[in-house]
Amino acid sequence: MSSVVDSHDHDHAHGGHDHHDHHGGYSGVMRWITTTNHKDIGTMYLWFSFMMFMVGGVMALAIRLELFSPGMQFFNPDQFNQFITMHGLIMVFGAIMPAFVGFANWQIPMMIGAPDMAFARLNNWSFWLLPFAGTLLILSFFTPGGAPGVGWTLYAPLTVQMGIGMDLTIFAVHILGMSSILGSINIITTILNMRAPGMTLMKMPLFCWTWLITAYLLVAAMPVLAGAVTMTLTDRHFGTTFFNAAGGGDPVLYQHIFWFFGHPEVYIIALPAFGVISQVIPAFSRKPLFGYASMVYATSAIAILSFIVWAHHMYTVGMPVTGQLFFMYATTLIAVPTGVKVFNWVATMWKGSLTFETPMLFALGFLFLFTLGGFTGLVLSLVPVDIQLHDTYYVVAHFHYVMVAGALFSAFAGVYFWLPKWTGKMYDEKLGQVHFWLTLIFFNMIFFVQHFLGMAGMPRRIPDYPLMFETWNKISSIGAFGFGLTQLLFLYIVLKCIRSGEPAPQKPWEGADSLEWTHLPTPAPYHSFETQPVVK
Amino acid sequence: MRATLKRVISLLATLGALAASAQAHAIAWYFREPGSQLARDIDTLHQYVMWLIIIIFVGVFAFMFYACWAHRKSVGHKAAQFHENTTVELLWTVIPAIILIIIAFPATKVVIAQKDTSSPDITVKVTGIQWKWAYDYVKGEGEGISFVSMLTTPREQIEGDAPKGENYLLEVDNELVVPVNKKIRILTTAADVVHSWWVPSFGAKQDAIPGFIRDLWFRPEVTGTFRSQCVELCGKEHGFMPIVVHVVSQDEYSKWVAQKQKEMAAQQDDPSKTWGLDELKARGEKVYAANCVACHQANGKGTPPAFPPLDGSKTATGPKEGHIDTVLNGRPNTAMAAFGKQLNDTDIAAVVTYERNSWSNKAGIVQPAEVKARRK
Repeated sequence: MSSVVDSHDHDHAHGGHDHHDHHGGYSGVMRWITTTNHKDIGTMYLWFSFMMFMVGGVMALAIRLELFSPGMQFFNPDQFNQFITMHGLIMVFGAIMPAFVGFANWQIPMMIGAPDMAFARLNNWSFWLLPFAGTLLILSFFTPGGAPGVGWTLYAPLTVQMGIGMDLTIFAVHILGMSSILGSINIITTILNMRAPGMTLMKMPLFCWTWLITAYLLVAAMPVLAGAVTMTLTDRHFGTTFFNAAGGGDPVLYQHIFWFFGHPEVYIIALPAFGVISQVIPAFSRKPLFGYASMVYATSAIAILSFIVWAHHMYTVGMPVTGQLFFMYATTLIAVPTGVKVFNWVATMWKGSLTFETPMLFALGFLFLFTLGGFTGLVLSLVPVDIQLHDTYYVVAHFHYVMVAGALFSAFAGVYFWLPKWTGKMYDEKLGQVHFWLTLIFFNMIFFVQHFLGMAGMPRRIPDYPLMFETWNKISSIGAFGFGLTQLLFLYIVLKCIRSGEPAPQKPWEGADSLEWTHLPTPAPYHSFETQPVVK
Repeated sequence: MRATLKRVISLLATLGALAASAQAHAIAWYFREPGSQLARDIDTLHQYVMWLIIIIFVGVFAFMFYACWAHRKSVGHKAAQFHENTTVELLWTVIPAIILIIIAFPATKVVIAQKDTSSPDITVKVTGIQWKWAYDYVKGEGEGISFVSMLTTPREQIEGDAPKGENYLLEVDNELVVPVNKKIRILTTAADVVHSWWVPSFGAKQDAIPGFIRDLWFRPEVTGTFRSQCVELCGKEHGFMPIVVHVVSQDEYSKWVAQKQKEMAAQQDDPSKTWGLDELKARGEKVYAANCVACHQANGKGTPPAFPPLDGSKTATGPKEGHIDTVLNGRPNTAMAAFGKQLNDTDIAAVVTYERNSWSNKAGIVQPAEVKARRK
């Protein structure tokens, strides 16, 4: 790491300590296995996430390849179901969540003026659990019967019919859950205990706030998922009947438990994304974030509401009318705090002094498309309309607007924004903008047309479809291949930046004002703040 | 290898013919023409919300794009430093809340209407089974009629060896027949895993949950054929269990009921009859094609490891009892379903006999009486 050498030159806040032992005495692979440094761990999270993004992406391409034309061409229906299941699980648990934990690791200590995370060794362990879970998920393809073909939601009792790949998936989910819980405890402790003097909670960068709230959501929601999959495991092997009516159980119980986790999970993914956007937009508007306090309150409100709206994923299971009405009203309420956020971001830009470098472009892409995804969410929150659209491609379009145009765009914004601080070098701005525009165009090509497919009546998770859906599916598939190739450009941009980027100044973005820009040299030294700064 | 090459070439060909294919089939992009009041209400509600959303969306992003245009650094705009305004923030919290209340009223009305399944004219129980639908007329005109409804699209069309028909994947052997302008109540349940029954033209969708009964209703206002598919992932053939509802006039319905009842009476099998090998095998082949072929394949080789071969298998060549039990009760924790409730003794005897005397198997005949004896 170049930061090792450079940290000697910047002796700012270091007081001339000896830094030869930065990496705990190991080098090569052992350095990465034994590291307890928040930056090393953050880097590993981000690379792991990118690898999983590629693996999940290849599965998405397999899905789109099969759906290019009606008829079964490349895979059998069983393989198709395995792809949709693993695409979902890998993207949610392997790509998006670790990406934001990577951001948290890198940024939170630097943003609050702390030397490292509170539990450094635990941090190492939370990361190193992930490759094992990822391996289990991928291994399940090579077991007799293959990976489970049940969808990422793992609905009972279909899960009982699956082979040993299902058990590997269940264990993978357990391990991923452990990793998330340990990581979250670390983040909560770091934020609550290790802020620099004067850094009150209400002075923290909003990214830290959104992660603090996300970490609480994770601690509350992940055990619920672990419970649901454990019950599935005992139903499969130990004769319990939690989800089997013949033994007094109820298949719908699984759905309730799953979505009690699953809806907060949506915000576990979305809130850190909001955090990144709330750093990027003010920086490129050269203006403080509008309504900081109301942003904090809105984030908290979303988090609390996220626990009382889960059954809007289940309007068609046949709830009593009062249940449907309650969940409909509660769900529409989420539009209020989410609206506040969108208004605040626009108001931040209003009368600013705007420039449009790649991070800002991705942030604007996020703002526009995430809002669109939020609005289709409002459409789906209405029971009667949802009953028409539930389990169709409309839903697929809706959640990809939130997950891809929301979370992924925000992750890209974050990477371009902080890459200079992390590597000490600038990325290629022109290529970054090409990456943005291609990503934007291909994303809409894939998913905008899927709204039409859903309204016209195409169910999701089908490997073959009636002829009337052909045109939109073709457009969507072509978009998918364009999108996939474009992400190789992203890899190239990042590698080029690391190898041969121009040296970056301490504060390459004029309007950036959090501690990592104002108090730390570029690249950020291996140990951020050995003496904590005083924040006024 | 050659097959893969052929697919790649056909893929490229289709790529080229994209524009042409777009014209061959009308492009569907919106809800289907409503065929009931409920579907019309849903459509109206959707349009109402959609217009509200479009207005808000355009309004908000007009501000954003205006700022992007007018407040650029490159035109020398200097950043203001304001960062809060209580009045504005209060307004944009309260106004959306009021809009939501305005939306909630019409939505609530439709929800309540949708849930009112009281006093139907005809009640039909729909059972989702991997991978077909069973219909039982339980009340009203036609009571007692029951049949199974399965995909009739030939496998050659699915695998690309024959041109695809107009109703590709949306055609069944036995359609659900209902009279126009009558309130139809559908009870849904399932035999194995969760399925979901949906007819978009009637705004009717309800999950079919094993071990539980749920209901929905619709009142079709036009005659005709309405097509749809299962909408809850239910395993391998989830994409291949369509739903077809045929709405007819009251007269035609009465005629259909009379005819169906006659057919059902004629189809009753004499359970004590002793069958010959050939007639049993011939019947078994039909049962096999309807129930087994998707997994175990026409050549009996299956698609291992999930769907094992029958040709030369221990079960299909070993003791009869084990074979009968497997078909009757299924194999727990595998994809092998229990057929005991769907098929009668004669059908099961026929299919077991067929499996024991096809391909390389030669393991003797099974009579309906033997199946009856194995039922617990």
